Amino acid sequence: MKHTISVLVENEFGVLSRVAGLFSGRGFNIESLSVAPTLDPSISRMTIVTSGDDQILEQITKQLNKLIDTIKVIDFTGHDFVEREMALVKVCAEEESRAEVLRIVDIFRAKVVDVTPKSYTVEVTGAPGKINAIVELLRPLGIKEIVRSGPVVIGRGPKGWKSS
Amino acid sequence: MKLTGSKILLECLLREEVDTVFGYPGGTVINIYDDLMDYPINHILTRHEQAAVHAADGYARATGKVGVAIATSGPGATNTVTGIATAYMDSIPLVVITGQVPTALIGNDAFQEADMVGITRPITKHNFLVRNINELTTIVKKAFHIARSGRPGPVLIDFPKDVQLDSTVFSYPDKVELAGYKPTVGGNARQIEKAARMILEARKPLIYVGGGAVLSDAAQGLRELAELAQLPVTTTLMAKSIFPSRHPLCLGMLGMHGTYYSNMAVTNCDLLIAAGARFDDRVTGKIATFAPNAKIIHIDIDPTSIKKNVRVDLPIVGHLNDVLQKLADKMKEQGDKVDALVERTHGWRSEIAEWKKAHPMKYTPSTSVIKPQFVIEKIRELTRDDAIITTEVGQHQMWTAQFFDFIQPRTFLTSGGLGTMGYGLPAALGAQVAFRDRQVIDISGDGSFQMNSQELATLVQYRLPVKIVILNNNFLGMVRQWQEMFFDRRYSQTCMELPIDFVKLAEAYGATGLRAEKPDEVEAMIKKGLETPGPVIMEFRISREENVLPMVPPASGLNEMVLAS
Repeated sequence: MKHTISVLVENEFGVLSRVAGLFSGRGFNIESLSVAPTLDPSISRMTIVTSGDDQILEQITKQLNKLIDTIKVIDFTGHDFVEREMALVKVCAEEESRAEVLRIVDIFRAKVVDVTPKSYTVEVTGAPGKINAIVELLRPLGIKEIVRSGPVVIGRGPKGWKSS
Repeated sequence: MKLTGSKILLECLLREEVDTVFGYPGGTVINIYDDLMDYPINHILTRHEQAAVHAADGYARATGKVGVAIATSGPGATNTVTGIATAYMDSIPLVVITGQVPTALIGNDAFQEADMVGITRPITKHNFLVRNINELTTIVKKAFHIARSGRPGPVLIDFPKDVQLDSTVFSYPDKVELAGYKPTVGGNARQIEKAARMILEARKPLIYVGGGAVLSDAAQGLRELAELAQLPVTTTLMAKSIFPSRHPLCLGMLGMHGTYYSNMAVTNCDLLIAAGARFDDRVTGKIATFAPNAKIIHIDIDPTSIKKNVRVDLPIVGHLNDVLQKLADKMKEQGDKVDALVERTHGWRSEIAEWKKAHPMKYTPSTSVIKPQFVIEKIRELTRDDAIITTEVGQHQMWTAQFFDFIQPRTFLTSGGLGTMGYGLPAALGAQVAFRDRQVIDISGDGSFQMNSQELATLVQYRLPVKIVILNNNFLGMVRQWQEMFFDRRYSQTCMELPIDFVKLAEAYGATGLRAEKPDEVEAMIKKGLETPGPVIMEFRISREENVLPMVPPASGLNEMVLAS
């Protein structure tokens, strides 16, 4: 089962490799990982998408908690949260397909951020499912390159992590 | 007044009450070594950095204090890796300080540069690179705090040369703030109450105690609980010294080379109280048949140990001695029920006594060839109860665990988790530095001894009277045993044919060497060895193909033991 976990860590040298090393060293899988500082620049927030049964997930959260630099681990499974991912898709757009690309971009409320006579580069944000959907529609037109950020997640409701 | 980084480090060590460090100098720590001459800190120069870390580890295990080791950058630092990993696997509090090339050169493949923070990340509890002088005191304070608190472990401080030379005003912080590191020590009161209820309702209860009990000095709490409720106690290799071997409730070791009665007790118990133990595969054998009828209470300071390998019915996170004391107190409140428990479990203890009678620890004695178990028994008879025994890794280690009696905590130092050959001699060195007047004995095999035999020089130099017992079978005995049992006696590369003259080796270093080749020489030689001042090698030419039995073959259940004939 897929799990999305937020890890708040001290914004210190080497923390990312500690977290990544924990996963690789124990044979846990990382599907995606994104990291950036929070409002408090001394704290970074990682969003990790991983998978495993309950026992593996319990170990992952315990092991993450065990790292000295870890401040809090939040497993969003079973909780209400907002999830967003961004993708940049460079898609072939020549004479016959340019209008079709723009139609798709419009339907998905995506944005064209770079144009050449042969291509559009499209920026799209949304839940991973939405990104999968636009990618599937653009694929037959010829995707040259795609970059996905991996999801970032925040809990719904008025509370921030400190008070949760 | 401003101090240099190297002086600040030594000031910090004094504040942490470090009186002894083990190490080996080199270019990137030369300033620390220079300043060391002006500080009241005892330095023990080992002959290898690996040994310096094992010695600090032995010092830590014997005293309960944080062990400290120093090594230079590059090869000096990488030589510490086995020592650090050994301490990590057995949760030993260490602070290892490695020199590093100047910060401006880090990442440039400079001479004697190694990324120690990267290399030791998976084998330290935490590690630090000191990037500027202003963070040095906080890092050292944090390092000692992390090493000794919660589940202890090794912490590495990588210390670049330019930061050692830089200077600032020294001020040591009173306390450390680590936002995410606050180990749970108390134990949840409701969980403890529930555990007391479970014990009071049990019919076949058993305590399974691990190395965490030694680390948290839980001997008293453990004994109180065991005696109060008359609970039989089985220990892991790492916990051998925590519960007196000769106590009527002591069942000895469980697991692969455990006693028959311990393993039968585990297989048949209805309540297993795991205390500071982590259900290592050498203990459990085949998981599916481990304690199949038992509810499991698991007490550990480290939440990650709980439910890692086996299902647990009641977890309690906390400091073991604390939790055991509280558990005993909780049960005392219900005196009648405790009496009823003791009465009800009488049959269970009798059942165990029957197993003990049917299959005691034994071996086949010989008058023509020295049996290793016989040597261990004789050492047991001739040493003091507070003697500190270290071992290397292999058959001799298991024979020691099986046939030696440990009475006092912190008297058995052995590499359990990592199984490090070459651990015992430097660990004995560290223990002897801590306790100059106690008997310290390294029990070794001929293979393991040769992994760090250069430390004989250190023993002689510092007049450390460690006695080294070599059970010499000219084999890498444990691997040979496996080859005999599971590989059709194909002894691939386990025969150490070259006959080393260990007596001459001892003499070459200025130590004493003794050798026994016949059983009737054993006792007199041990007496002589123990009485001879200074370091002594006692070599025993033992029967070559003696096996460690009983044994649970790999991937078998604890009740499927191969017994001694």
